[in-house]
Amino acid sequence: MEAYLDNSATTRVTDSVRDVVVRTMTEDYGNPSSQHRKGVEAERYLKDARETIAGTLKVSEKEIYFTSGGTESDNWAILGAAAANRRAGMHVITTSIEHAAVRMPMHRLEEQGFRVTYLPVDERGHISLKDLEDAICGDTILVSMMFVNNEVGTLEPIAEAGALIKKKNPSALFHVDAVQAYGKYPIYPRRMGIDMLSVSGHKLHGPKGSGFLYIKDKTKIYPLILGGGQQKGMRSGTDNVPGAAGLAQAAVDSFASLKEDHMHMLALKERLMDGLTALPDVTVHSEAGEKSAAHIVSAAFVGVRSEVLLHALEDRGIYVSAGSACSSNKKLPVSPVLKELHLGPELLESTLRFSFSRFTTEEEIDYCLDTLRELLPVLRKFTRK
Amino acid sequence: MFRTFLIKYGEIAIKGKNRHLFEEALVKQIRHALSKVEGEFSVTREQGRIYIDCLSEYDYEETVEALQRVFGIVGICPVMKTEDQDLNELGNDVIRFLDQVYEEHGQTFKVLTRRAKKTYPIDSMEVNSELGGRILDAFPDMRVDVHNPELLLHVEIRDRIYIYSKIIPGPGGMPVGTSGRAMLLLSGGIDSPVAGYMIGKRGVVIDAVYFHAPPYTSDRAKQKVVDLAKLVARYTGPIRLHVVNFTDIQLYIYEKCPHDELTIIMRRYMMLISERFAALDGSMALITGESIGQVASQTIQSLSVTNEVCKLPVFRPLIGFDKQEIVEVAKKIGTFETSILPYEDCCTIFVAKHPVTKPNLKVIQRSELKLQEKIDEMVETAVGTAETICIE
Repeated sequence: MEAYLDNSATTRVTDSVRDVVVRTMTEDYGNPSSQHRKGVEAERYLKDARETIAGTLKVSEKEIYFTSGGTESDNWAILGAAAANRRAGMHVITTSIEHAAVRMPMHRLEEQGFRVTYLPVDERGHISLKDLEDAICGDTILVSMMFVNNEVGTLEPIAEAGALIKKKNPSALFHVDAVQAYGKYPIYPRRMGIDMLSVSGHKLHGPKGSGFLYIKDKTKIYPLILGGGQQKGMRSGTDNVPGAAGLAQAAVDSFASLKEDHMHMLALKERLMDGLTALPDVTVHSEAGEKSAAHIVSAAFVGVRSEVLLHALEDRGIYVSAGSACSSNKKLPVSPVLKELHLGPELLESTLRFSFSRFTTEEEIDYCLDTLRELLPVLRKFTRK
Repeated sequence: MFRTFLIKYGEIAIKGKNRHLFEEALVKQIRHALSKVEGEFSVTREQGRIYIDCLSEYDYEETVEALQRVFGIVGICPVMKTEDQDLNELGNDVIRFLDQVYEEHGQTFKVLTRRAKKTYPIDSMEVNSELGGRILDAFPDMRVDVHNPELLLHVEIRDRIYIYSKIIPGPGGMPVGTSGRAMLLLSGGIDSPVAGYMIGKRGVVIDAVYFHAPPYTSDRAKQKVVDLAKLVARYTGPIRLHVVNFTDIQLYIYEKCPHDELTIIMRRYMMLISERFAALDGSMALITGESIGQVASQTIQSLSVTNEVCKLPVFRPLIGFDKQEIVEVAKKIGTFETSILPYEDCCTIFVAKHPVTKPNLKVIQRSELKLQEKIDEMVETAVGTAETICIE
């Protein structure tokens, strides 16, 4: 049996997405910038995709810009907005558990002279709104915060944060990294005070290399990629029609059954967490119920290095990811996110992440639990002394 | 612009009656190396020389790089090949050569003629002075310096005439296939690929064994070893890589023997299993990347305890090398970048905090008695279930 429980790393492309990608690659393969009929045809795919996606967010299609994925969207939002607003202030706020696609651009901003505040989190990964309120000041130009943490599944208080930011400093922009949330949760930027929103296609059964950045109309932001002037000059480069069309199809499929899928994954999470808690020496980092994402469970298996358990599971057809990799001879950096949760070393080096999609089944969860029950005692017998 | 390479080889020339065997092996290795290069080449051997003629369009850099990986080659000379007409015509050829090969013509030079065709009407000294005069006439800024010339122009008069001034160094050594076959214990580290390269350089055909310990080592670690074998094979030719699943043996030793002896006992079984594959492949020796004192299992005491299980000679070409010296070779042959990828290998997963550094053979053998019940069967299984990958 195979159980793919690494859907937060990437997902399988669905047949409906594959079909539209193949069609736009082999039949309607024109360049939207071309003046002939082939180009016009291709442009229609792009326009439809933009409309579809805008519809899921209840925003205008003029506010959707296709990118190469989550990393580009995050980079563009942060570096582009900071550059365009630096005269208004040099202060930026983010959290201490962001993905590297946000963390690294923040370091770049620091090199450029910006002041960056990293909000601390509690042991479950939540920021405190009080901390956020205290951090916002007159020269704050940008707040960047993730919707769902990719390593433990923490849901951050986005709507509350958005309201707070707009109340305390209306000119500060609010960027949300929704890579792990789009297609899983309803997100309404206008209602939530979000000015920019990053999304990646391959996390919701779309193609790799697809993604978008929602940019609220009239937001001051510079383009990062210059060239032929595509997408109103904001993001040059030949339009990735298969990527955009595939992403839109994936969004349609995801939003068609958002509620049901959510309840399904929530039940899977509960099933897995119950099973894990019943095992000896297992610490579950993720919170039960609606307090954290329904599709991510992070847990530590004390006494077994995560890398070893990962490969032992892989051998049985179960695919998960290691929260941190700590090899014996060379010390690899432990995940900075897990570190922020103040886990001890024995938890850090034994943490695995299980992540679901709407296609994950109860059988897969049970198979995973059975296999863990069998493997853990054997693996714990052999440890480095 | 060059259509021909003259290949210089060193040690082969002194091998007496076996010389033609070595030359044939070298020609074969050159043909093999060039088969991976775009273009059509003819490799011929005549009068103690090997010539490569480029019959089609080819990439000069790619070709030279491929030749620089053929053991036995000492120098690669891009030559201009001309017909023997008369001395005046030869002078024209020499001037055309200098014109095409060098952009500037202000250097000191010397002409060095070798007259292998004894029927040539004038002797080499005369050719030297005649050609030197022509060069001075054609390029007034060039000057003769017979002791320390910046440009040494070789003119070889045979059935045809060969003109060259550049000798690109080759790797030296002996052509692979002239010195038998040996089995390399290949890990994912820096040392063992270098050890394989060095023994390959002595003309030895290399095969390899890798000990894999899933789930403690990952498929990436295995892929890394396959990649390393490919890099070594660029020099040594095809390698048969035996991937042995070592987990059960390792865990059994872990359970039964004192923990500080784990590594040394493990190494003994690795040697033992490697010898089994050596017998299967017709290898006549083992090769390891060990160097005295580098780690606990490489002290003289440890090496001799490990060595004790082997009947075949064990070649340790790095035995007197410092780590830095090994790293330099690894960088030169292009294995370093791959070797330092951070995947766990089976030697380190259970390594004790303080492994024995001065093991006593009797003590180790006594510990091994505790393995009696199952170890033979486990070794058979490990040999029987190994996966053999042919690395081209």
